[in-house]
Amino acid sequence: MVLHLLASSQPQLTWDIGRDVRQLLEFPFMVNAFRVGTIVAVTAGCVGWFMVLRRQTFAGHTLAIVGFPGAAGAVLVGVSADVGFFAFAVAAALVIGASSRGARGGFSEESSVIATVQAFALACGFLFTSLYRGNLTGVNALLFGSFLGITNREVLTVAVLSAAALAALAAMARPLLFASVDPDVADASGVPVRLLGPVFLVVLAVAAGSTGQITGALLVFALLVLPPATAQRLTTHPGMGVALSVGIAVAVTWAALALAYYSSYPIGFYLTSIAFAVYLLAGAAGRIRRPRPMAATS
Amino acid sequence: MTGTLAPVAVLVPWAGLAPWAGLGHMLGHDFIRNGLVAGTAIAAAAGMVGYFLVLRSQVFTADALSHVAFTGALVALTLGLDARVGLFVATIGVALLLGTMGPRGRADDVTVGATFAWLLGIGVLALSIFTSGHSSGQGTAGVNVLFGSIYGLGTPAVRTAVLVAAGVVVVTGLIARPLLFASIDEAVAAARGVPVRAVGLVFLALVGATAAEATQAVGALLILGLLAGPAGIAMRLTARPWRGLALASAIAVGAMWGGLALSYAVPRLPPSFSVIALVATAYVATVAVGRFQPRAGAVTPT
Repeated sequence: MVLHLLASSQPQLTWDIGRDVRQLLEFPFMVNAFRVGTIVAVTAGCVGWFMVLRRQTFAGHTLAIVGFPGAAGAVLVGVSADVGFFAFAVAAALVIGASSRGARGGFSEESSVIATVQAFALACGFLFTSLYRGNLTGVNALLFGSFLGITNREVLTVAVLSAAALAALAAMARPLLFASVDPDVADASGVPVRLLGPVFLVVLAVAAGSTGQITGALLVFALLVLPPATAQRLTTHPGMGVALSVGIAVAVTWAALALAYYSSYPIGFYLTSIAFAVYLLAGAAGRIRRPRPMAATS
Repeated sequence: MTGTLAPVAVLVPWAGLAPWAGLGHMLGHDFIRNGLVAGTAIAAAAGMVGYFLVLRSQVFTADALSHVAFTGALVALTLGLDARVGLFVATIGVALLLGTMGPRGRADDVTVGATFAWLLGIGVLALSIFTSGHSSGQGTAGVNVLFGSIYGLGTPAVRTAVLVAAGVVVVTGLIARPLLFASIDEAVAAARGVPVRAVGLVFLALVGATAAEATQAVGALLILGLLAGPAGIAMRLTARPWRGLALASAIAVGAMWGGLALSYAVPRLPPSFSVIALVATAYVATVAVGRFQPRAGAVTPT
């Protein structure tokens, strides 16, 4: 009896999986956390797959961070966080997109522009939070996220933004794939390569930023890069790759949420650690069945 | 130094009436002098290292190292060690690790991203343990590591900063020739007997040391602006490597001085913000001016 009381006051993992799941979903905030986590994972799995294919991890990391000044600035001015985040995300994506257009061949200045955008965005976020004079734990929440206290409204916002990003991605998936794998041939066949680059960056920014408000700016990146990189280690087939990437992202997010619920450590730690472990395992598995060489590209 | 600072002070609205008096006032504070000395040394080193980072397209590695600096500092604090020990061990260690993971001393962007996403997770864990273990007064530790606290540097910290920065500048200068060769044409450099891999690893260790040291001044998250921004501007302005190297360093130092003066004149602006904002403004100005000029002798070494 006493044991039972203890168990119900503080969640404890048992061997009864049904009971664990019921316990996990006992509170509305955890249900919402699972909803948002799933949406975020699906979006990150899809958009991230293209990001990794295009080797735009640096741009992706920068755009994931842009949600931070956006949200902080919106709080300062007193408008909805979505407005602030949108303004920053689209602006950053367009600046980065414009920089990659300038240089042709040889060394490109894209990376120094991305770095400056990122540092400036973070500096703005820092300025906004210090002007707001709110408590400094707000910074930690914005950067590292918190799955607690997600409202139904926030779930809806994330769902709408993610759906928009996924729809845009689906609409341009084929030409984007072509342009990513072989830009020169795609250009010659009439694919608007120069337009697709910036548009994809905007999609990436919307996907990363909207999810970043919940999971934290610094950790969206983990979901954007690790599951897709794992999937690309396992298969080169695009459809299979995206499906695998989404599957890994969702599984990792659920596992991390459950572990964070049953322990006192932050979700970000579990999320990145599980995802990285899967990534390493995929690398080891790939090395074992190496005999079959990576076809097509190289 | 005063001669260079004066025009900056003139631009500042607060000091408009008496720029010299304002400058004297500013330099009268110990913490400002400390910040200026340390900031100058760090900016000079960051500008030089950053030039090679941009030339070698390794800026993302620096991005990763700046986040690793955050993890290192917080893990050290959690273990009860000096934050600086964690900073240097983590950044230089991970820099060398990343260097050995890829072919020819540089890792693929995806490998870099995957590794540092995980290390960031460890940093989050350390932050949570550290802030929950110390009930009050430690909540700002994470923020300080992330965004820097240049005015919080004591005299010993300034001395360390200057020594490390001087070391980075000297070593970069020593390996500059082979590094430049290896960066512009790796294959030919290797054929000529330049130890491409070793030079690349030494350079990554230098990046690590710079990231660790700069974390104290502008914070783990903002180092990137000081590393890559001035270098990007310098590349736009000149195609000559030695001139570019000196220019990148000078721009970084100028932004540091200007930023500190600006945040002194307008106390609501945090120093880290002012420094990075000046770098970004200078970059935008360079691009805008470049639009009106024919690009004679473009930088591309092809």
